[in-house]
Amino acid sequence: MDTSFFKQHISTQFNEELEDIIKRVMAMGGLVEQQLADAVNAMVEGDTEQAETVMTTDYRINAMEVEIDEQCTHILARRQPTASDLRLVIAVIKTITDLERMGDEAERIGRMGLHLLEADRQTAPMSDLAEMGEHVRHMTRGALDAFARMDTEQAVRVAQQDIQIDSLYESVTHKLMKQMTAAPDAVPRLMDVVWAARALERIGDRARNICEYVVYFVKGKNVRHTSYEQMAAEATGDRH
Amino acid sequence: MSETATHTVQVTADDRPDRGLRLADEEMCLSAEDLKLYYGDDQALKGIDIRIPKNRITAFIGPSGCGKSTFLRCFNRMNDLIDAARIEGTIRLDGEDIYGADVDVPELRRRVGMVFQKPNPFPKSIYENVAYGLRLQGVKNRRRLDDVVERSLRRAALWDEVKDRLHENAFGLSGGQQQRLVIARAIAIDPEVLLLDEPCSALDPLATLKIEELMMELKKDYTLVIVTHNMQQAARVSDFTAFMYMGELIEYADTDTLFTSPAKKQTEDYITGRFG
Repeated sequence: MDTSFFKQHISTQFNEELEDIIKRVMAMGGLVEQQLADAVNAMVEGDTEQAETVMTTDYRINAMEVEIDEQCTHILARRQPTASDLRLVIAVIKTITDLERMGDEAERIGRMGLHLLEADRQTAPMSDLAEMGEHVRHMTRGALDAFARMDTEQAVRVAQQDIQIDSLYESVTHKLMKQMTAAPDAVPRLMDVVWAARALERIGDRARNICEYVVYFVKGKNVRHTSYEQMAAEATGDRH
Repeated sequence: MSETATHTVQVTADDRPDRGLRLADEEMCLSAEDLKLYYGDDQALKGIDIRIPKNRITAFIGPSGCGKSTFLRCFNRMNDLIDAARIEGTIRLDGEDIYGADVDVPELRRRVGMVFQKPNPFPKSIYENVAYGLRLQGVKNRRRLDDVVERSLRRAALWDEVKDRLHENAFGLSGGQQQRLVIARAIAIDPEVLLLDEPCSALDPLATLKIEELMMELKKDYTLVIVTHNMQQAARVSDFTAFMYMGELIEYADTDTLFTSPAKKQTEDYITGRFG
């Protein structure tokens, strides 16, 4: 879909409203991405100050979600959008819900980082966690980029990155389990690393959701709960 | 969502049960086959094929001059009244060609009633407006007339508002009431189909909602076809929607699909208010 598609309404005010919500979603997504990077860095590097900042910044993401949500409600009530406009508003409402939850996961990672002792940091697979964090951040950026460009093929490529994140998650948890078996007294603290890895894996799932919403609003096809192959088929199919 | 990816359910978007009504499942009432209409040398309808389901509300939408009212008037041969109009193709009501040589046109118009943009009650009492069709048919029995008038006014959701002034002039009613009176007059002669040509465009929003509510009731007994400029109205009341442009039927689908995920770009541009 051509990104200027949302600027072609006879009502210029409607054009502006739709452009504005897309811009705000991008700003919200940018903040989530930043929070995610900071949270993982705080945990890996043991930077408690950065972890605190992540925890106190989450409210901004929540506030953005509420604002965009209200804007969408106004558009539904006053414009009665149809077809791609309706799908865009629905996709935005769903995307910001996922972004807000991604923000919560980032906050959780920040909090976990505070509990971790330096000794544990030396032994836990922190480099794997950092790699996972980098993948998840990359995927989140890709999903938002696909959204902004209304690019379904990119959305499919980005969604597939979730496979790699899932396998990294498995490898991190496997290493952690071995470590916990060897040193049972570290279990309570290492569980925090498990939860952080789990949070990253969930963020990957939510980034995939956003990719699915891109296919929905561009192509009008619901690809949730389908395979990647089917998602790819719908994403490349002709719409008009 | 994605965490269940290992338990992938294979569903194609088109097979989802929540798509609601499907044309393929409907019993058909009216159909047009390759319908062409000319006003002199101008072709107003360019070969339209459509099947209109029974006991449903079908809306025709499209910009001014797209031919939707012209097309609507083909279903009860109102275009016969225009000298320059010439028709090719077939229209069937319950399978019978309504342009056949042996068709009784007044009887066709009894079976296919019509309601216009501007309420057009006769300059008579409320009662006589509704009884008019029956009187034309020669019904004189007072009791039968009373019954039909009351039943029709009730069905048109007007009875409670007029029952104490049935013999007052119909022009004393408000626009919305007059439009419901005209609908009562149309259904008094027991039609199968009601054609509504912009029935709410002269009414205020509340009177419009009353007519829409009435349409939802009436479709239990009649097949309704409505022409409307108001897309939200089509989206609110109709089961199926046909989008016409420049004398052609561009897209025809169940209203849910047409308004959430139209197949044609022209439809999309029109219903979302883009430059066509």
